[in-house]
Amino acid sequence: MPTMNMLQAINNALDIAMAEDDKVICFGEDVGVFGGVFRATSHLQEKYGKSRCFNTPLVEQGIIGFANGLAAQGSVPVAEIQFADYIFPAFDQIVNESAKFRYRSGDLFNVGGLTIRTPYGGGIAGGLYHSQSPEAYFTHTPGLKVVVPRNPYQAKGLLLASIRDPDPVLFLEPKRLYRASVGEVPQEDYQLPIGEAEVIKEGTDITLVGWGAQMEVIGKAVELAEEQGIACEVIDLRTLLPWDADTVVESVLKTGRLIVSHEAPLTGGFAGEIAATIQERCFLYLESPITRITGLDTPFPLVLEKEYLPDHLKIFEAIRESVNF
Amino acid sequence: MTTTQDIHAPDFLAGDEFSIPTFRLLRQDGTLFEGAEAPTLERDQALKIYRTMIATRVLDERMMAAQRQGRLSFYMQCTGEEAAVIGAAAALDDADMIMSQYREQGALVYRGFSYDEFMNQLFGNELDYGKGRQMPIHYGSRKLHYMTISSPLATQIPQAAGYAYGQKMAGDGHCTLCFFGEGAASEGDFHAALNMAAVHEVPVIFFCRNNGYAISTPSIEQFAADGVAPRAFGYRMHVIRVDGNDILAVLSATREARRIAVEQNQPVLIEAMTYRLAAHSSSDDPSGYRSKKEEEAWREKDPILRMQHWLVAQGWWNDDEEKSLQESLRREVLETMKRAEKRPPPPLDSLVTDVYADVTPALQRQLDRLKTHIRKHPDAYPKGARSLDPDVSAQDDAANEGGA
Repeated sequence: MPTMNMLQAINNALDIAMAEDDKVICFGEDVGVFGGVFRATSHLQEKYGKSRCFNTPLVEQGIIGFANGLAAQGSVPVAEIQFADYIFPAFDQIVNESAKFRYRSGDLFNVGGLTIRTPYGGGIAGGLYHSQSPEAYFTHTPGLKVVVPRNPYQAKGLLLASIRDPDPVLFLEPKRLYRASVGEVPQEDYQLPIGEAEVIKEGTDITLVGWGAQMEVIGKAVELAEEQGIACEVIDLRTLLPWDADTVVESVLKTGRLIVSHEAPLTGGFAGEIAATIQERCFLYLESPITRITGLDTPFPLVLEKEYLPDHLKIFEAIRESVNF
Repeated sequence: MTTTQDIHAPDFLAGDEFSIPTFRLLRQDGTLFEGAEAPTLERDQALKIYRTMIATRVLDERMMAAQRQGRLSFYMQCTGEEAAVIGAAAALDDADMIMSQYREQGALVYRGFSYDEFMNQLFGNELDYGKGRQMPIHYGSRKLHYMTISSPLATQIPQAAGYAYGQKMAGDGHCTLCFFGEGAASEGDFHAALNMAAVHEVPVIFFCRNNGYAISTPSIEQFAADGVAPRAFGYRMHVIRVDGNDILAVLSATREARRIAVEQNQPVLIEAMTYRLAAHSSSDDPSGYRSKKEEEAWREKDPILRMQHWLVAQGWWNDDEEKSLQESLRREVLETMKRAEKRPPPPLDSLVTDVYADVTPALQRQLDRLKTHIRKHPDAYPKGARSLDPDVSAQDDAANEGGA
């Protein structure tokens, strides 16, 4: 099995999708001959022509508006927003249009073919506008699906599933892992399920939930905890909307403890949704308060990035506190 | 690559150097301007266009009255802009996509959307294609290639560019026509759309209805330039300004625009100069921001009367036909309204379908809880309660709720 980094896995998924279906069209800022600022679309224009892989003018609301129209027509657009920090000009097109297209038309029209790819997350000295994790803005939007992979194998399987999914998907790519995360990825076509969490590691003392790049951080914290004899169960949510509450409920019924961790700020973050749902469904089984280890309620800072981020030590201390509650 | 000539003195340009003329063929008395030539228009199509204009106005007048009577929650009229909208639709192939703002019901009438179909949407009954989810006047029809309308202004403009790109890729010789008002043209989506359409060479016609007002805001507070049309130069796009109350000019200009779009894969901007004779909507009263005198001046330029004069001069129409058409349409509108009003609302389950292609487990759980609740208080939710199965009791629901 070949070894790929996350960018290569994404590029490979796009290649497979474009080869399989003429209707798949990739576009965004600098995705054409240059292959994207991160090279996720390398060689696609060369292989499939300028009409199927092209640069757009620099206008995010235009990119997603154009993509909505293409998808409504029956094409399968895979639109790239260069950084998730710059998705907000397209917020109206995504929230009021993409997400509501099928519902408002009574299923006369839909933009199910649409996939929006965008790099997200911090840890790369990106400051305020190359670090954001905007997922919670979108998980509040019925009609959208929100998917986040944690490694190259997942990136390929989940991206192929997103492109073929009958609903519009926002696909958030953890850019800190683009080259840092390397692993075995099958050359052939495969898909991973959307809407299903994955239990990465079983344990009996405490449940840890996260997604994307944060899974690696959670993994380091769990190593420290296990050295102290704490058996951790680790769940990668993979899909944030619609999210797999049943898998988390099942785990917490067993462990009685839960920590949710994400890079985005605490207030209004998706951990709040998970915590509320779990206390409702597991009330009698909880042995300590559900804890959220997240970014601070500040814009994402540059110099004090390390202090801001919910790193493995912060999660490790939270595990200890929860177990000793 | 941007190419430019050098100058060596700071000579600013303000865009006042050119003004865009208005293309007109028909005078208000139904005669042609000197040197003007009517487009080829068979008697059948001319009468279809005219009947569509009348049918649209009858619908609008009756439904605004119904709104005033409290039978309908909301309404918006096309009044005064029938020639612009219907003339544009008549210039298209029936399979071309139309993407609208919300004041273009005339285009739907032209394509054969029946009074029943209008009423079902307006009353949001069980036959409404949109399943009663959207406010009145948010029509859509897949079979008539008419994209479902949404309230956020201008969002359909970049979508039209994308749709047309898909049509170009499909190579089926069709184009997209996108309607919007001069107020919507101030949105960022307008700029995004025109720039992308020009760069990517798509077969799309951007059709601006410049009716002088965006709700209460007169166009002088909307833009400083000579209307919307000059913006096309900034995108290197074909553009024409047309008298929007002149059916022959609108038809002729849009036919030519369609030829450019489909044969050359080039976008075209049409600015139709017209006037919103009615209020913005049933929630608006224009007497607070414009004069009766101004309205009267435009009432004399009524596009329907102008076409009627032309038809009569052609020997294709007379007073008796006019009277009988008006009467039969009024009768039909009343009958269909009564039918639609009596129809039941969409079933409760339609609350959660079509959010996604399939109902998610979380949504199913929410629906089940709602049903249980409604069974306990059926009188408080008459529309929802009527579609519940009376044989299933609240206790059964609770037992079936399951899960931790």
